[in-house]
Amino acid sequence: MADAAFTQGAETADRGRLWVVLYLATTGLVLLLMMLAGLWMRLAQSGWLDTDPALFYQLMTVHGTGMVGIAALGGAAVLWHFLSAHIRLHAWVMGANFWLFLIGVVAILAADFPGRFGGAWTFLYPLPASSQGVWPVWAAALHLGGLLVIGVGFLIWCLELARGIIATYGGLGRGLGWHVLFGGSTKDVPPPTVVAATMVAIVTILALIAGATVLVMSLINLAFPSVELNPLLAKNLIYFFGHTFINATIYMGVIAVYELLPRITGRPWKTTKVFLAGWTLSTTMVLIIFPHHLLMDFAMPVWAMAIGQVFSYVNSFPVLVVTGLGALAILHRSGIRWDLVSTLLLISVFGWMAGVIPAVVDATVAVNSVMHNTLWVPGHFHFYLLLGLLPMIFAFMIHLVRVEDVTPRGGDLAAILYLLFGLTFVTMFLVGGWASVPRRWAEHLPEWQIWDQIAVITAAGVITLTTVFVAMFLARTPAMLAKG
Amino acid sequence: MSIQTVSALLSLVAILLLAAVFLRVRSLAHEGREYAPVQGNAYRIRNIGFWILVLVGLPITIWLFRETPYTAQAAAPQVINATGYQWYWDLDRDEVAAGTPVEFHVTSADVNHGFGIYDADGTLVAQTQAMPGYVNRLTHVFDAPGTYQILCLEYCGLVHHNMIAEILVTEGSTDG
Ligand code: HEM
Ligand SMILES: [Cu+2]
Ligand SMILES: [Cu+2]
Repeated sequence: MADAAFTQGAETADRGRLWVVLYLATTGLVLLLMMLAGLWMRLAQSGWLDTDPALFYQLMTVHGTGMVGIAALGGAAVLWHFLSAHIRLHAWVMGANFWLFLIGVVAILAADFPGRFGGAWTFLYPLPASSQGVWPVWAAALHLGGLLVIGVGFLIWCLELARGIIATYGGLGRGLGWHVLFGGSTKDVPPPTVVAATMVAIVTILALIAGATVLVMSLINLAFPSVELNPLLAKNLIYFFGHTFINATIYMGVIAVYELLPRITGRPWKTTKVFLAGWTLSTTMVLIIFPHHLLMDFAMPVWAMAIGQVFSYVNSFPVLVVTGLGALAILHRSGIRWDLVSTLLLISVFGWMAGVIPAVVDATVAVNSVMHNTLWVPGHFHFYLLLGLLPMIFAFMIHLVRVEDVTPRGGDLAAILYLLFGLTFVTMFLVGGWASVPRRWAEHLPEWQIWDQIAVITAAGVITLTTVFVAMFLARTPAMLAKG
Repeated sequence: MSIQTVSALLSLVAILLLAAVFLRVRSLAHEGREYAPVQGNAYRIRNIGFWILVLVGLPITIWLFRETPYTAQAAAPQVINATGYQWYWDLDRDEVAAGTPVEFHVTSADVNHGFGIYDADGTLVAQTQAMPGYVNRLTHVFDAPGTYQILCLEYCGLVHHNMIAEILVTEGSTDG
């Protein structure tokens, strides 16, 4: 087994620190706003708040787009902070991405509220161009243009990661540790952070190219309606982009687990061959399993469907086996005292592993036939994003404002409450899926509304605790920055 | 038991087992032990878990793929041509017999829609996407007579939640 050159406990040399803080502050604030939009949708579905369906679908579009955006922004902060301890990165790229992100957000907000665009974050062709007069063409174009600007920002950002990794390690293959995995080398073993960052760079670049392609094609179609796309091709490109991009966010976030658990427990997270094999497997699998979003498109070739089902299952191994068990082993009988950061990290690993389970079940064609596009699907992704990705980001926020001192401090009640509210909230989506409730419905039948109402109450709890975490971060940020 | 119930129970059991492992680690973390033996144990568990996933899970998922809706074909089906519009379904026939296969030819005249068949109890029993430019063939045998509903299962704009049609399934066989 190869040993990584591991700088344990050392403060990360973080050149883009101010940007990292700005990313996190933006993530926290937008997150809270988007959660309120989510609460509004749940209130509408529960029958407690009469809402115009047009507004519901605008909120749904903003919530979906905004959440995917801040998942990436928050994940990017985690990745950048820890990667810059291993690799020299150009901080201006963080700035460029940030400004492009803000420009995109303004465009999208203008398109979705005054413009009434409600084509969902998946902008499935040809819906943006065909709303039956609900929103004007300019709103659709502005929304898609905003997405494109944000995509370009993240593309530049990922290219910078790739550049840095190639410059330091000599290639992306070496960043994934292939010289160790296949060549048996014990030199230049990439630490877990570099392996994860390499994977993120590779898959996100490919995702963004596909996303930009279909966005440009859709924009051309908006301008010249006679230039039509193949709807099945557009769907493939969109789901390849969407699936890969949102999945990559948790591969960014998990770096917080790899970096912080060793500091908290004093036990190293080593780069082993199994670890490298897991990440190489993830890199390929995450790129080819997107057809599990198209299992109900019978026009797809059957082999693609077989890949969608079987490899979605296989793709759960690296998560469950490598990262999950690795984290549990580091924590088991480690002699630590639980505090907010360590408990959030524990929750995040649980949320990720558990959130994968409903997805693997639903990737089975026989199940997908009766679960696809029901609330089961938001059940799965809220599970791993709300209880997997977000606790990683919260843990990182709190770690930063504690000036990266990992000595246990205070209690972890807020994290436990967040877990309990969050679990009940996502369970209500899953129960909705079990009860055949379609997803993306502005109005629900009375027999479904009991689940929606429980979700409203628990969402309020989730939002309260999120406010606590974000406030802890924002309140202590000035002091942390003053310390240098 | 419906597929939904089986799926939900399976997921529940798996998540509870996982939660039990996490709770155990959480409650024992304060005992400080040396890492090497703990890690050795974890590697052993990891290897066992890996082989269980491969040897048990992989054959199951491959076996589950043997019957898919993609290749299903019936000899003399009752045919319903269904087209999705913003925001209604156009069915060329809305009465079929239980017990004999029905073949739905599903397409869309505008955006993507989802053709979801719900039984009288409101349980989703089958679906396919309704896509412009493509005709998806979905074969389904209605077990019991009753009033079935078609709900839209792909977001299609303002009235997505109100795109509902009905199919009357009668006892015994009628003409194909
Ligand atoms: C208090 C927290 C939250 C609430 C109340 C909430 C609520 C909702 C609701 C009601 C929907 C629509 C469900 C439907 O299809 O009927 C939704 C969709 C969605 N949510 Fe959330 N959510 C929350 C947190 C999050 C988080 C943290 C993320 C990601 C980081 C997220 C990402 C999404 C996405 C991507 C969609 C899909 C939108 C679409 O279908 O087009 N949500 N959420
Ligand atoms: Cu529809
Ligand atoms: Cu619809």
